[in-house]
Amino acid sequence: MADVLPGERPQLAPPVDDTGPLGWVRKNLFSSWGNGITTVVLIVAIGWILSGFLHWAVFTATFDAKSGAECRGHGACWALIREKYRYIFFGSFPYEQHWRPLFAVVAMLAMLILSSDRRMWNKRLIAIWGVGSFVAFLLMFGQIHISLGLILFVALAAGGLGMILRGAIATPGELNGWRALAAVGALGLIGRITGVIPTWSLAIAPLSYVETGLWGGIPVTLILATYGLVFAFPFGILLALGRRSNLPLIKGLCVGFIELIRGVPLISLLIMASVMLPLFLPSGMTIDKFLRAQVAVILFAGAYIAEIIRGGLQSLPKGQFEAADAMGLNYVQKTTLIILPQALRVVIPPLINTFIGFFKDTSLVLIIGIFDFLNTANQALVDPNWAGFPGEVYLFAAFIYFCFCYSMSRYSKHLEIELNKGTRR
Amino acid sequence: MKRRLFAAAIGAAALVASGSALAGKDLDAIKARGAVICGVPTGIAGFAAADSQGKWIGLDVDVCRAVSAAIFGDSEKVKYVPLTSQQRFTALQSGEVDLLSNNTTVTLQRDTALGLDFTAITYYDGQGFMVPKKLGLKSAKELNGATVCVAPGTTTELNLADYFRANKMTFKPVVIEKVDEIRAAFYSGRCDVYTTDVSSLAATRVANTPAPLTPDDFMILPEIISKEPLGPMVRHGDNQLTDIIRWTQYAMLEAEEYGITSKNVDEMLKSENPTIKRILGVTPGMGKALGVDEKWVYTIVKQVGNYGESFDRHVGSGSLLKIDRGVNKLWTQGGLQYAPPIR
Repeated sequence: MADVLPGERPQLAPPVDDTGPLGWVRKNLFSSWGNGITTVVLIVAIGWILSGFLHWAVFTATFDAKSGAECRGHGACWALIREKYRYIFFGSFPYEQHWRPLFAVVAMLAMLILSSDRRMWNKRLIAIWGVGSFVAFLLMFGQIHISLGLILFVALAAGGLGMILRGAIATPGELNGWRALAAVGALGLIGRITGVIPTWSLAIAPLSYVETGLWGGIPVTLILATYGLVFAFPFGILLALGRRSNLPLIKGLCVGFIELIRGVPLISLLIMASVMLPLFLPSGMTIDKFLRAQVAVILFAGAYIAEIIRGGLQSLPKGQFEAADAMGLNYVQKTTLIILPQALRVVIPPLINTFIGFFKDTSLVLIIGIFDFLNTANQALVDPNWAGFPGEVYLFAAFIYFCFCYSMSRYSKHLEIELNKGTRR
Repeated sequence: MKRRLFAAAIGAAALVASGSALAGKDLDAIKARGAVICGVPTGIAGFAAADSQGKWIGLDVDVCRAVSAAIFGDSEKVKYVPLTSQQRFTALQSGEVDLLSNNTTVTLQRDTALGLDFTAITYYDGQGFMVPKKLGLKSAKELNGATVCVAPGTTTELNLADYFRANKMTFKPVVIEKVDEIRAAFYSGRCDVYTTDVSSLAATRVANTPAPLTPDDFMILPEIISKEPLGPMVRHGDNQLTDIIRWTQYAMLEAEEYGITSKNVDEMLKSENPTIKRILGVTPGMGKALGVDEKWVYTIVKQVGNYGESFDRHVGSGSLLKIDRGVNKLWTQGGLQYAPPIR
């Protein structure tokens, strides 16, 4: 009291029922009669549902059983998950080699987590994805054969792309590097086609070969969603740019493609890829079922991403385009240096949203007989020894999906705040 | 109508595709590849389903294993391709699989217009109706106005419509693709009746009735409204492969008829019975005629079992499904399973 100046009153602490937990409860839960009643009713309802759920899922549940018959008459049959979790996660992949899909999934998750760090958003990311994808697919396939033709084609494509994109802004040395790469690719391909260079393929085969028909579970879901989006992203950028192009033919093609794909459900694309496409191929020629589904997902995702990116392009003020023109930049320079970096920054959160959607949409591949995570969970229900416990299996599947999707949506939110720091007050 | 046009389109495409096929081509491809590619259903309890280790097991799967045993002397040289009922014919026509063992009903249209061939009947099934007992029904003739759960795109759906039209009754279909969802819809009361093949109804009733209901709360009505002979299919064009698949099934039946089982097959090699000697290749000739190893039946029975063993293990008394052998008994026991002699 001594430090109170004459003529002033000491500041009193607020009343007890306005502060602390009690105050919070009073202010937020029981501020009026109506609120009080709502609170009580909801707490009772939540408690009732939760106690029922816990009774089923924990207190009367069976955690250890030899077959479903031992579970009958009790609560949840978690013994089923215990028996089937390896099948649900990895499908028909050879049982004793389940470490391979496990590490492939770890590699893919590591790539996704590394890509989520903004400090990695540069050339390093391409290297990470190149090495990571190679490791993941090597683990899944066990053996990878890369034909010389493919290597040459990639060299030609990379060299050509580098020449176009870096055309006027690269140092002469770099440009010559791209030119050399493209020339090697082109000459090699010509040699290959005319038969001057013999057939040869790079075989990397440390493990036993496992075909895509045996893949299942989490790796399939992750591969379809991740690579669906990775390949759809550049494709979507081209489509979005094409849709804004001044050339009527390109614009028409892009608009037609986007509207056609967006106008049909993913299921119909998958059915087309799996039922109609084989009929158009020559007899005896088949394209891997998994690859067909992957291409269908890429086409579908491409159309959606194109529209998202178009939104980003439209959000840019016209001044940016004009300023780029005034600087004397050509179309490629304008797009890669000025427009896209700004447009893509805007659309990253909605892109992650799309990724979450596709992560779940991939379960539609069931209708063409590919076993992604949800479908292996479904398959676990078919075993007559364990039939009759769909609730447990679907809860488990839902939990795993939730873990993936919730972390992605948290990340999306975090990123939204990060990217908008410049414009936030 | 749409479906029929679609089927016609597939049929036409298949005719074009199969025109260039040569005899023996598919078998050569199988041998060169070192594995039979077998189209199986995407999970039907007892017929084809993956176990906890991801291995395919079931009655349909045993057909594939037996064919592999006949061709390679090893029942494990099979690649399984799970196919939905919409995909299966295209997959076979386009060469994605070598044979379908896919719970497929033999019909004239499928045998002809689709450009496919049936081999032998591995399972005689028929479509029936399952209802809750509390409805107090005695016969399918009383089902007028009922809500019926049925899977799309199968003969089941067509048979259902035919049966109700023929008996001047109406019904409200609830069409659901996934078998688990059909079951859930039926058990939750969304439909009064669940119709599919009796084998599947029996399996559903025993294994899938959710607590607190019990299997005794449900009954299968006595009417069987269709013939559903199920059997493996191949493309037109390779008669030798067709023969091998057909006689693989017959061999499993013959083995059962003559009492050859996976347990006693080694002793049976010493049998004096000339028929058994011919079947097991002790007296050579049969394998050569078929273009496989003389020990083909021995391998099939040793590694897969005879038909009765396979039936009991997967769907019959040795399994949880406990489907009555019924018309699938051997002809000697009053059933329909009758194999032409191996001689």
